[in-house]
Amino acid sequence: MKISGAKIVVETLIEQGCDTVFGFPGGQVIDLFDELYLSQDRIKHILTAHEQGAAHAADGFARSTGKVGVCIATSGPGATNLVTGIATAYLDSVPVVAITGNVSCSLIGRDSFQEVDILGVTMPVTKHNFIVKDIRELADTLRSAFKIAKSGRPGPVLVDIPKDVQTAEWDFEPRPDPVRPYPLTFASENKLRRAAELINNSQKPFIYFGGGVVTGKASKEILSLADKLDAPLGCSLMGLSAVPYDNPRFLGMNGKHGHYASFAALTEADLVIALGVRFSDRSAFEGENNPRIIHIDIDNAELDKNITADLAIEGDIKDSLYRLIPMLGEQKHPEWSKRIEELRGEERSRYNQADKERNNAEAILSPHDIIGVISGIASEDDIIVTDVGQHQMWTAQFYPLRKPRTFLTSGGLGTMGYGMGAAIGASTATGKRTILFTGDGSFGMNLNELATSVTQKVPLVVVIMNNGVLGMVRQIQTSFYDKHYSATTLGRQTDFVKVAEAFGAKGGRATTTEELQKLAKEAFAYKGTFVIDCAVDCDETVQSPMQISQD
Amino acid sequence: MEYKQYVIGVIVSNVSGVLSRVSGMFTRRGFNIDCLTVGETESASFSRITVAFHGDNDIRDKILKQLEKLHDVKEVEILDPNDTVIRELLLIKIRNSPTTRQDIMTAVEIFRSKIVDYSTTALICELTGETQKIDAFIDLMKPYGIMEMCRTGIVAIERGDNCLKTAK
Repeated sequence: MKISGAKIVVETLIEQGCDTVFGFPGGQVIDLFDELYLSQDRIKHILTAHEQGAAHAADGFARSTGKVGVCIATSGPGATNLVTGIATAYLDSVPVVAITGNVSCSLIGRDSFQEVDILGVTMPVTKHNFIVKDIRELADTLRSAFKIAKSGRPGPVLVDIPKDVQTAEWDFEPRPDPVRPYPLTFASENKLRRAAELINNSQKPFIYFGGGVVTGKASKEILSLADKLDAPLGCSLMGLSAVPYDNPRFLGMNGKHGHYASFAALTEADLVIALGVRFSDRSAFEGENNPRIIHIDIDNAELDKNITADLAIEGDIKDSLYRLIPMLGEQKHPEWSKRIEELRGEERSRYNQADKERNNAEAILSPHDIIGVISGIASEDDIIVTDVGQHQMWTAQFYPLRKPRTFLTSGGLGTMGYGMGAAIGASTATGKRTILFTGDGSFGMNLNELATSVTQKVPLVVVIMNNGVLGMVRQIQTSFYDKHYSATTLGRQTDFVKVAEAFGAKGGRATTTEELQKLAKEAFAYKGTFVIDCAVDCDETVQSPMQISQD
Repeated sequence: MEYKQYVIGVIVSNVSGVLSRVSGMFTRRGFNIDCLTVGETESASFSRITVAFHGDNDIRDKILKQLEKLHDVKEVEILDPNDTVIRELLLIKIRNSPTTRQDIMTAVEIFRSKIVDYSTTALICELTGETQKIDAFIDLMKPYGIMEMCRTGIVAIERGDNCLKTAK
């Protein structure tokens, strides 16, 4: 039976297992939205305040579940508003399918109203993108988009559909199942044997993992590996939540703003086993002791890209470890373990010292305390979302994460304004409460999505670490720019409690731990969106385990 | 590490935008292209791109891996310069004057070039060959007054049975 292109899109989405889409209508997607209206009992459309929110929501949906997130926008500005969200998903390997309308084929290339070459614009920030000019290819193109998005190292795919393709009619035959991803690449047996040899000869092994462990569902395997090798573990920002924070072998996040012990152990190790991690510049990996490096990743292009490994293995992490572990001898490294304990001790005293200095200064509310109070009330299933900046690093450092996919943050792109959309997407996908840690700078970027979270009755607690400044940049200005606080002192008069109320949410302001405890209880008892505006001192800094540079 | 020229053959889907994807990858990742040609293959569904670039082993490997990641790229191969036929085409317009005409004609003959257009003021030569030969011919023509020229960039194909397949 012939049906319209718009209906083919909706039917294919449903066929691919998509039950929720995030979007914003417009002239060139009216037909698509008409079909969404007619199919609203089978697929739910969530209207955001801004297309960027829709893209981040699709991202949050995907990160919290592992499923493909879908967002829809109209041509021109609708499409370009998605771009930051698509780039965010690209840098963090998140499976998203973005659908954009475009002007009819006959109008393309004529600078028509709301026309933009979104294919050209998004080429550098998508895994792949398509424009469908022939309705006969529409359903299969969408299927390919899903396939590409979820295969191997996941990523966003954009499908641009001109209006006349949405209105044209063609046969549609639904498939019984969603498309399967391309087969995974499995590590070569030979290379795994060589890895085993390197590992068996190591005295000070360190396991360094990234987001690939979350995506590749290899949490259990990396812990077995650590146990068998008697080795410490550390991770990149994207690796957080893959293993419980209180696992005795886990030293926390590495990198520029990571944990001291994790950073120092990585520096002192004689062998780094890097799993699903790409050594971004933020990882601040220096390898002063010239350790051997074994690098396993599903994306061949990440191997020998940022660092040169002694042994680079392309392959699925879970499978690689499953096969590698039996090749390894049970190891004990008492001296290395002792050294790790020393480093942990040094880290504790660093933090204690910092806390002491802070208490002496009678600070209003410390970020550490804020996270402590909130995590004390939150359940381990709650999903933690952050924006970008100091609050993000504090949350990454201190929040007691226990379960994979409960920590959503913009790691690679560092997108301020990511949080609101992502939190809405995650909560919609999982039905769980989300807690957004944000700053007054980041929150100011996309607080319009309060409208969405209220409309959708999403259980969301927004914790604003409000210090009145753009703290991360300010921190650099303090250290390297003679305290020239150029454009980082906000000096705004925004009352976030009133903002929350104006959007139909609840809110309160906390200046002391007691006030915060009281508000947090109220917030967690509330079913909708609750904004807690926390007063934080503008000179709080994110500690770094290393001599920090200014870039 | 040794810095030299590499020539790679890339089989891509014959779809719109594929050239942007390939050349965009080079720009985006900071790799430089010496020359790039694209054309049909024996199969209508695929095109073949020949790219030459300068780099060391490390840059070469990065380029190959990034190309292989592109969805529309089906096959990539480094072409061994010792076992590959490499050709480039040059069209060059030189000032035609009675005093230089004979010298130009001699050069054309020695280089096995061809004069493909002749007027009282200008002549156009066509020359096929490897890059060095083309360069040498251009150098030789400079004193006679090059009015304009264009060269295709190289196409390359391996000798013997070794093929870049358009169907797997």
